[in-house]
Amino acid sequence: MARLTIDDLKKVKEKTAKETSLRYGKASIKVTVHMGTCGIAAGARDVMNSLMTEMAEADRQDIRVVASGCMGMCSSEPNVTIEADGEEPIVYQLMDANKMRQVFKRHVLLGEVQTDFALAKI
Amino acid sequence: MSTISSLLPSQNHYLEGYKGNHWKRGAVKELSLHILDVSENGINAGADLVRITVEEARTDNRLRIIIADNGRGIPAGLIQNVTDPFYTTRTTRRVGLGLSLFEAAARQCNGSMRVESMPGKGTSVTAEFEYNHIDRAPLGDMVGTLISLIIGYPDVEFEYIHTVNSRCFEMKTTDIKNMFDGRPVSDPAVFRKLRTVLQDGLTLLRKPG
Repeated sequence: MARLTIDDLKKVKEKTAKETSLRYGKASIKVTVHMGTCGIAAGARDVMNSLMTEMAEADRQDIRVVASGCMGMCSSEPNVTIEADGEEPIVYQLMDANKMRQVFKRHVLLGEVQTDFALAKI
Repeated sequence: MSTISSLLPSQNHYLEGYKGNHWKRGAVKELSLHILDVSENGINAGADLVRITVEEARTDNRLRIIIADNGRGIPAGLIQNVTDPFYTTRTTRRVGLGLSLFEAAARQCNGSMRVESMPGKGTSVTAEFEYNHIDRAPLGDMVGTLISLIIGYPDVEFEYIHTVNSRCFEMKTTDIKNMFDGRPVSDPAVFRKLRTVLQDGLTLLRKPG
């Protein structure tokens, strides 16, 4: 049998770290910021950064934030989708840093859908 | 004399939808936004490692940005099409603007952009700019771009190398993730650490003297 090298050990470590991070990833709410070219040009990065600032303050472990590409609704970007456990996903449209703050505080933390900013239920 | 508002139809639905700061929409004014966009191309091509290099050679009046990924690469037959805005492999819309806009940003300040790709190995996009050119877009909020990428794509590793003349700042997400024993990056503690590392690193890099 070939001997284990330091590199092999590193690979094992990385693999295990990845698997544990998936196990940690048991989230009850998923927030998706759509960041295609259209989203970025419309200000999705500011939305993402205000979301992360709120996340850091809220200190909750069960919220997962991810980015994704263009949904095909470029004219309503920046779009944000919020999927809470057991509820229909809600897509918000024309977001900015302030709207994101409100949606995070109201919808993500308290479960009140902000219909004023919503584009659709999926 | 009529004012502009009296020339507009009173019930303009297009305007209605664009209230607030959305007049400013649709502008990629910072190079860091291009970096965010082009990095996502690589991630969408299945990359799990993206290396972003920013070289500010101010003494040579040159700025170079390299975004390299280990995604599936671009087939040889398609590489000449990547900067054509009306060429895209996507199906959600008919235009693909990311690389075309980045190339335009480089060309407007006597720069250039090239895309090199090895199918199966990855792609690298290199853009060069004249540093002091009046039309060179500012680099902008690089911390924001990196945080969006790292948080938004937790399964992808990022390496960031930024040099200003002879000073250098390097960051690898694997190092930060290892510090926190595999906790997810959107975990508040990991995120705060990440932000501090980036902010401090870039501030130090830009400190005069």
